[in-house]
Amino acid sequence: MVLGADAGFMNPEKMLLCVVLAATCACILASMVAARAGRVPKIRRITGLEAVEEAVGRATEMGRPILFVPGIQDMDNPMTVAGITVLSRVAGTAARYDATLDVPVSRSLVMQAARESVQAAALQTGQPDWYDPERIRYITDEQFGYAAYAAGAMARDKPAACFYMGCFFAESLILAENGNAIGAIQIAGTAETAQLPFFVASCDYTLIGEEFFAASAYLSGAPDQLGTLRGQDIVKALIALVLVFGVVMATTDAFSPEPASEPTAEVAP
Amino acid sequence: MSRSIALLICLMGGLTMLVSPFLPMATGWANDVTDWFNILAAMAFVLGGGSLLKVQLMRLSARGPGWGYSALTLLAFIVTLWVGLGKVGVVADPSAPTVAWSGKPDDEGSAFWWIYLYVMTPITSTLFAVLAFYVASAAFRAFRAKNVEATLLLATAFVILLGRTFAGVVLTGWLPDWASGLRLENLAVTIMDVFNTAGNRAIIIGIALGVASTGIRLMLGLDRSYLGGDA
Repeated sequence: MVLGADAGFMNPEKMLLCVVLAATCACILASMVAARAGRVPKIRRITGLEAVEEAVGRATEMGRPILFVPGIQDMDNPMTVAGITVLSRVAGTAARYDATLDVPVSRSLVMQAARESVQAAALQTGQPDWYDPERIRYITDEQFGYAAYAAGAMARDKPAACFYMGCFFAESLILAENGNAIGAIQIAGTAETAQLPFFVASCDYTLIGEEFFAASAYLSGAPDQLGTLRGQDIVKALIALVLVFGVVMATTDAFSPEPASEPTAEVAP
Repeated sequence: MSRSIALLICLMGGLTMLVSPFLPMATGWANDVTDWFNILAAMAFVLGGGSLLKVQLMRLSARGPGWGYSALTLLAFIVTLWVGLGKVGVVADPSAPTVAWSGKPDDEGSAFWWIYLYVMTPITSTLFAVLAFYVASAAFRAFRAKNVEATLLLATAFVILLGRTFAGVVLTGWLPDWASGLRLENLAVTIMDVFNTAGNRAIIIGIALGVASTGIRLMLGLDRSYLGGDA
């Protein structure tokens, strides 16, 4: 790394952003500490996560597998990490019901993380023999190659429940429409705003944006994790206030009369 | 012990990425962290490739339904690997014309380039084109006027659809200038710029806060599900 002699300690152009980020983090941390001290916030029901049990139970009753797709991005994407969190919950429920869980992945690191997560879930539910690493397999990094495999697996195996939790792009609709065609109960979660309408149109439940990131705290039920959600909401309320203030100021400015221009001095010929 | 090390790496990496936009001195560190991740991902590809080979070989040896596809997958895997690693058909780089392997494996004219251009691209384009039909079927289901909300959605979709085609201009182009805001092409722009942007921004603000909150949980080790939980 080469550091220029004129490079300052802080980037002055991003000072405001730094302050906002620091305030956000402080608010989230303060809420976490408050929750740990006993002020645990009440979280509204997230139907998409509540439906996990129903979906896995349905697959078990029908004797058909469950398909979990953790998106097409690597572990450096927060959506993939959030997807693996939900996978751990789905795997725990599937292990309890002794249902078959298939997890095709498009990244090798995700395969390793998913295997760790599913194995831990099987151990926690007291079903270590249920875990089969071959069910969590790497397919391809190629976006449409992966989508083709997943669509083919749906047509062949006819899973009764399909989960799409992670980062998706154009393949989202290919997956969701194929799942819809085989009559599977479908639960999706992503923060890719361009793909949300497709999931909403084709899936039974969709975790939209922040709901998806709240999944890990919601599922764990741990007070300190739930506290971070309250911190998020406080910051969101503050942002809303700033937005309303900005709108009022801009509107007032738009309707206020133009200030009289300074009279220009006559120049003598 | 190994879990503690993993959490420490996560904390250090997360903090580095967090401060890098604000501290010029940390920009290089963030690039280093990204490079380490890329190296790790490249090494992990061996595991992925191994998993792919194992699954396909097992299917092939079991001779179950569809074993022919497994054979084809294995063949494509081996041929592409050989062509890429062996730099088959690669022309030497002009800077080192005497070194036969100095060109890049995906240079124009190489076998790898040929496979990508004439096999991969048409296949992926075909699959992408199929999306049009999936969009039509999803839209057909989503736009059924079952209740007030669905009817509003249907009406909005029609305005956008007509406003973004020449039909919009033909249908409402006769409106006088004082009512030009009601022309379908202008209505479509208003819907996209005002309503759609407002909704999108609300979701994006929520996502940004969700990412910040998730980042804090991961860095502090509160959420360890990606490491297999507390087991």
